[in-house]
Amino acid sequence: MQAVLDLIPLDIGLILANFDRFMWGVWMTLNLTFLALLCGGLLAIPMAIARASRHPVLNPMVWGYTYVFRGTPLLVQTFLIYFGLGQFEAVRESWLWDPILSSAWWCAFIAFTLNTAAYSTELLRGAIIDTPKGEVEAAVATGHSYAARMRRIILPSAFRRAIPAYSNEVIFMLHGSVVASTITLQDILGVGRWLNGRYYLAYEGFITAALLYFLIVLAITRLFRWLERNYLGHLAPRDSEAPASPQ
Amino acid sequence: MIRTTALAAIAALATFAGPGLAEDPLRIGVEGAYPPFSSKEADGTLVGFDIDITHALCAELNRECVLVEQDWDGMIPALKARKFDAIIASMSITEERKTQIDFSQKYYQTPARVVAGNDADFDATAEGLAGKRLGLQRGTTHQCYAEKSFPDTEIVLYATQEEVFRDLAIGRIDAQLSDSLLAQESFLSSDEGADFGFLGGDLIDLECFGEGAGVAVRKGEEELRDAISAAILALRANGKYAEINSKYFPFDIYGGDPE
Repeated sequence: MQAVLDLIPLDIGLILANFDRFMWGVWMTLNLTFLALLCGGLLAIPMAIARASRHPVLNPMVWGYTYVFRGTPLLVQTFLIYFGLGQFEAVRESWLWDPILSSAWWCAFIAFTLNTAAYSTELLRGAIIDTPKGEVEAAVATGHSYAARMRRIILPSAFRRAIPAYSNEVIFMLHGSVVASTITLQDILGVGRWLNGRYYLAYEGFITAALLYFLIVLAITRLFRWLERNYLGHLAPRDSEAPASPQ
Repeated sequence: MIRTTALAAIAALATFAGPGLAEDPLRIGVEGAYPPFSSKEADGTLVGFDIDITHALCAELNRECVLVEQDWDGMIPALKARKFDAIIASMSITEERKTQIDFSQKYYQTPARVVAGNDADFDATAEGLAGKRLGLQRGTTHQCYAEKSFPDTEIVLYATQEEVFRDLAIGRIDAQLSDSLLAQESFLSSDEGADFGFLGGDLIDLECFGEGAGVAVRKGEEELRDAISAAILALRANGKYAEINSKYFPFDIYGGDPE
């Protein structure tokens, strides 16, 4: 075993000695990413409905929002909130400063939430618009109002069809969360950078970070495969075998 | 011809044995690109703290000196190749360099110090900083020190020193740890740093900060090394050092006495 370890040009002992730091980094990355995805996702639902409608005010407003947040890098958005807002004395004097905007975690959380909400809105809007005409017509024919249609027919169907594309958004958000390490947060990459700065060993810190991200992505893809099988099974191509016929 | 010159030099040495102006000039490697320690005026003359110290040391040694400019990355190879006999270029005395060359005692050591608001109600000790947010630049000797000495402090790591000063100014961190000279020159003397000041004294730690900047000589030149070390102490004692120091900095940059 020792002979095998000696072959790896890595200071494994150092990584193991700091493993608890990496685990705290994993916790930071996961709580930031998934809370932002949750809140961003919830914000995205009404905005997607607005974007799918022909409402003369709401539709262009939400369009403007998603255009701005999809058109600028997440890093810039985070810097604008963390460094930019802190520059104004009015902001520092306001009630928003002390618990929220003075904290790096909250700044990252706000930036990530607004960013993922913009992408999710457009993604869900596409799914809503693509709802098969027949489903909507059937709902109208059975006397469903707009709200009931949306709640009972369109949204459940759109959510299911959005699952594959949304898995990409989740993975992008996870990868995008490395931005947190640039505003002093000790996420997975932050711990990797800490190790590099402390011991001048770049490889150890960054390869560990890469492996941890890889494992999280693996878990996410597994989860989404399960979701697709369970909720999108009815849209999957039919098995070519004929159903078992009664003997 | 060369041999004749060499012979003449030996003859000269033999004639005027002992320390004296008749010796070959001492060649000193300097950098000339590290203000305020060493830089070049528009007309090409070298100025700065390192340069003034060099002249003072040579006077103390009673030796004629020639300054040789050398880029930083070629400094140690040039010394080993005998392009000059000593380096006076703010070179920190570190264990790694000590495997290659030899050092006199330090001639300055800009210490690390904690900076906090003037109204800070805590002091710069492990107990005082417990639970406080201390900002510093990632990958510096200060990170090494803070993690070792302030175990109960929340250490906030930044990519650049400017970001540390910035977040200190707007109150995201309670204090910061950096080189004291840098803090003085680029933060405390600015408008932004008006309400801030040093908290506690100089922080000395051999393992993290090294022993300060010393004069480098080739290995095996113990005599020259010891003469320079003695000359540094003499400059400290006779007030010449303080005179040069005050020309550049508002406080003594020598740091504590070596153990």
